[in-house]
Amino acid sequence: MDPEPFEVGHAVREAINILSSSRNGVQISEALGTIKCYLGGTENQAPLKEREEFTRVHFSAFLRGLVSILSPDWIELLTSDQQKELWDSFFLEGPADQVFLVLLDSIISTGPGFRLMKVISILEQFLQTGGMSALMWEVCHQQAQAGLPTFQETLLNKVVCLPDHLCNKLQGNNLPIFFPQNYFPLLATEIIQVLQRISDSLRGGLDCSISFVSQVLGKVCVHGRREEILNVLVPRLMDLTKVDCIWQRICWRLVECVPDRWIEAVVCGFIQKAPGADVLSRLLGNLVVKNKKAQFVVTQKLLLLQYSCVTAVLQNLLGYLALDSLRRSLLIKVLKELLETWGSSSAVKHSPVEQQLYVSKAILICLSHLKEPEIESNGQELLTSMMGGMKCHLDSNLPRIRRLGMIVAESISSRITTDGSCLKFQYEDDDETRELKSLQQTARLQLPVTDLPNAGRNDSPSATPKAVSKPSGNPHPAAPAVPEEGSDLELDSDDDLIPYDMSEDKELKKMKVPVYIRDCIEVLTGSEDMDKWEATMKVLESLIRRNSATTREVSMELAKVLLHLEEKTYIEGFVELRKRALVAVTITDPVPVVQYLTSQFYSLNYSLCQRMDILDVLALAAQELSQPQASGKNNPRSTQSPCIQTVLGSDSSQNWRRIVDERIKSKTRRLAKGQSVVEPACGPNKFSSLAGHFFFPLIQNFDRPLVTFDLLGDDHLVLGRLAHTLAILMYFAIHTVAAAAMGKSLLEFVWALRFHTDSYVRQGLLSAVSSILLSIPSERLLEDMTDEFLETQSWLADVAEKDPDGDCRRLAWQNLLLMENLLKKLRSVPS
Amino acid sequence: MALPPPDPQFVLRGTSAEVHTLHFYCRGQEPDYPILFSGSSNGLIHVWNLKTRRVDTILDGHGGKSVYWVEAINGRDRLLSQGRNQQICLWDLAEGRNTVTDSVFTENVGFCKSSLLKVAQGHWLMAMPGKDLDEVQVLELPSKTSVCTLKPEADAKPGMPMCLKLWQPDFGSCPFLLAGYEDGSVILWNLSGGKILSRLACHQEPVMSLDFDSEKTKGVSGSSEEVLTVWSLDEQQNLKVQKTHKLVNAGIADVAIRQDKKILATAGWDHRIRIFGWKKLKPLAILDYHTATVHCVSFSDHSRPSERLLAAGSKDHRISIWSIYNQASGALHCPLETRKPD
Repeated sequence: MDPEPFEVGHAVREAINILSSSRNGVQISEALGTIKCYLGGTENQAPLKEREEFTRVHFSAFLRGLVSILSPDWIELLTSDQQKELWDSFFLEGPADQVFLVLLDSIISTGPGFRLMKVISILEQFLQTGGMSALMWEVCHQQAQAGLPTFQETLLNKVVCLPDHLCNKLQGNNLPIFFPQNYFPLLATEIIQVLQRISDSLRGGLDCSISFVSQVLGKVCVHGRREEILNVLVPRLMDLTKVDCIWQRICWRLVECVPDRWIEAVVCGFIQKAPGADVLSRLLGNLVVKNKKAQFVVTQKLLLLQYSCVTAVLQNLLGYLALDSLRRSLLIKVLKELLETWGSSSAVKHSPVEQQLYVSKAILICLSHLKEPEIESNGQELLTSMMGGMKCHLDSNLPRIRRLGMIVAESISSRITTDGSCLKFQYEDDDETRELKSLQQTARLQLPVTDLPNAGRNDSPSATPKAVSKPSGNPHPAAPAVPEEGSDLELDSDDDLIPYDMSEDKELKKMKVPVYIRDCIEVLTGSEDMDKWEATMKVLESLIRRNSATTREVSMELAKVLLHLEEKTYIEGFVELRKRALVAVTITDPVPVVQYLTSQFYSLNYSLCQRMDILDVLALAAQELSQPQASGKNNPRSTQSPCIQTVLGSDSSQNWRRIVDERIKSKTRRLAKGQSVVEPACGPNKFSSLAGHFFFPLIQNFDRPLVTFDLLGDDHLVLGRLAHTLAILMYFAIHTVAAAAMGKSLLEFVWALRFHTDSYVRQGLLSAVSSILLSIPSERLLEDMTDEFLETQSWLADVAEKDPDGDCRRLAWQNLLLMENLLKKLRSVPS
Repeated sequence: MALPPPDPQFVLRGTSAEVHTLHFYCRGQEPDYPILFSGSSNGLIHVWNLKTRRVDTILDGHGGKSVYWVEAINGRDRLLSQGRNQQICLWDLAEGRNTVTDSVFTENVGFCKSSLLKVAQGHWLMAMPGKDLDEVQVLELPSKTSVCTLKPEADAKPGMPMCLKLWQPDFGSCPFLLAGYEDGSVILWNLSGGKILSRLACHQEPVMSLDFDSEKTKGVSGSSEEVLTVWSLDEQQNLKVQKTHKLVNAGIADVAIRQDKKILATAGWDHRIRIFGWKKLKPLAILDYHTATVHCVSFSDHSRPSERLLAAGSKDHRISIWSIYNQASGALHCPLETRKPD
């Protein structure tokens, strides 16, 4: 048996005894001094073996002893110098891991009082004097000689959760250094210190394990303190790795050693914090190739499963993949997967627009990174997926998605064709398209740019690089106004010649315009004279409105001609002219014309455009009929232009919605405000007796497919328009007798189609529900249609929560709110 | 609110054919009354007495073919007229006579009006379209000897000449010819050398008419497109575009600068006469009276500025006479019946 361990243990026990029992300051300080010898660092230190023995076996116990005997009167036995020299030094100079654990344990177990305060102040000093780096260094050092896993585990927990423990303990009296926003940056600088020591020791040829530091980093990140720690860590690492390959290796190792369960948080953090793709590449190395989990996060999760990254981050990520030959294969793989998603019709239908935008951006950035040979070898595949994706994007009813498809397809085709014959679509540029287009070029431009020193070393938490290269808003800055040619230097001017009124200087009409409606029909059906034809189109509406009696004689014929009219020659606003004429005919002779139009909507041999025109005309006519006409004037159009604009307009759906929304808003406000609205002109609602003629033939046959027209199949655009039109008709049918019956069948219609895959159709249905809620008296709604009402309510709740389309969710919420209001109103009125 | 444009002072009817050309002779002293010559598409030349506002004489010398240029030469008793029968006739109108005393065969089938310039007492130069399609011939009158033939080089290809304007700088001796061509260009010819001095492509369509202000050395041209172009001639004898004005409707049949160089009138295919300030091409008035294309505009040469008139001849067989911007103060002309403000 070795006598020395016994000897050290004996000395320690003796010392503790003296410390706890003695009331003599000199005795105590002597005892402390004895033990201090075992710590080393003084002139009369104990032999090495004993020192090791002491630190390994007895140190923790001794520290606990020291803490437990701490009391105010005990500490007063020592002078303040002695306190610092003897008592504090055990904590600040002893092995940091043990000290830290003892301190935290005592903090957790001790109740408030003097002892707690003392321990906390020691801990504060410990942190301030670089205790954490000593701690981590010690663990790293031990790890090289296989440390104890449970001990490390505890230590890791304590290190990461220190702010939580202290916060719990101290509540309002917490010290600033323990606040997470201060502690974690401190931890980050300490990590850098440790890494510095590791790099020194590596240079000295010593082996060293970094895994504890990685674990700390990983755990901090996963605990949601990514921002705080990486804001400090990443800029420092960025600087350090710039020139030094050992530092690069250390940094790669640091990330690689993060356990799998935490690596996602760390990798995401690095990707977000790195100011550029080259920095990211320096920091992460080939991590994605080595680590499956990281690969999954980078190539799948961030690109395909989430869509939260800003564009700059996306550029970092894809640029990182493009920078190394090992990773380029991943880039191509990623591109293929992105294209698969982009080209899947189900994804186009069911995923939110924002995600589709994100995928499109990623595709464009990928494309910009690909080199010619890579494109050539994958050309066929790209072409196939482009064709598929283009098809399902162009099928979509949402203009934004169609445009996304166009831009991506244009970009792909411009890359895969070498002879310059690429796709070119017609669409209007807006900020979004310009941003997307700029992505095709910027990725290329950004690569060679090396990061500026200190770039991103911004201490504010929002240090994420926000410099998305935005297209300059105005590519052609307005040319400076050309001054009036100064050649006229004569001082006397023409000013003494006062011009006459020149407002009559209009474009010359060459043709005499027809004066009779029958002439118009003749011109429209037979004439080859384009000027005459154009003049006729322009006067037709006013002619119809002026001569209602004659119009009635030929109304059917006229409606037929107008419906089948094609634009033989370009006329400005032809579609609008034709529609206005049709509306005028419809209003002049409603019953037969409406019957004709509604029957034609479901008959063979019409183009989708014509069918949608029919819907628009019905909606406009209903609007005009339902509006009270100003007394004496029989032309409401002269005072108010039609506010429902329709047809071919890419964003007409938004117009419909806006109008309905506005009305909803005005309705709800009126409830709150009481009657402050000026009474508008009143008159009989001409629509009330006609509502049924408009509504029921339209809603009847939607589920009967024809050879050329299948509402429930491919023609969902028309179905969406039908739903919107029905909603409008329903809205205008307010206060009419037929409203309740109409509402009931409309609710059935909505119920039948509620799970339609097209978001435009769903929007239409939701507008229809709004109209129902607004138009039908609440008693009828709740008494006669209780079941439908409740069913609809649960469906709405479902939509409001789960629908992928943001507009649908908003409309559903609005409807729910309306329902709530209705119920409230009903309850407040005692029946 | 600007005043509405004035109505014509009076209208001359009775040509019973489209009016293609107009020429005033109003310089005569009393008892000579001011007269207006008009040439129409039925080959007749009407001599209008502007005092009685009736036709004085009717001259028939072009075999029923349209007359498209008339100009008095050497006072009111001698008249030159150009017709589609390829003849330029010299009329003797003194003492009630109306006979053709001389004529030139132009050998040209185009519509190009000739241009006359008095170079000395009793001597004139007349530019007229020549035998070849792109050729302009200059004769000395009354001798009818050919001074020169202006033919563009073979590769220039400006097409047919469409309008001509002979002019002479105030201090120079050598006359120049400005010619508008079918391809839309205006060419400045030097008569003494028969060489092109400058060529300016100022229109896309044939130049229908041009007029030139030799004081300010700038001119104006109109074509069948909707642009009126003002160009200037610099000291190096180069033509360059100074200003263009876009019209509402296309087609200018005739342009005329008033003798006092204050205003410019255009005859529009859109039935309207437009008045511009000449200095800055400021639009001043739109005179809307005719119901068909206006073929020609002409300013009278009354010696008193306040009497100066504007005449316009149209396809609708009428000649409208306007009195506009002719008050010395520049104040608006007040029509005979005072307008009530609306």
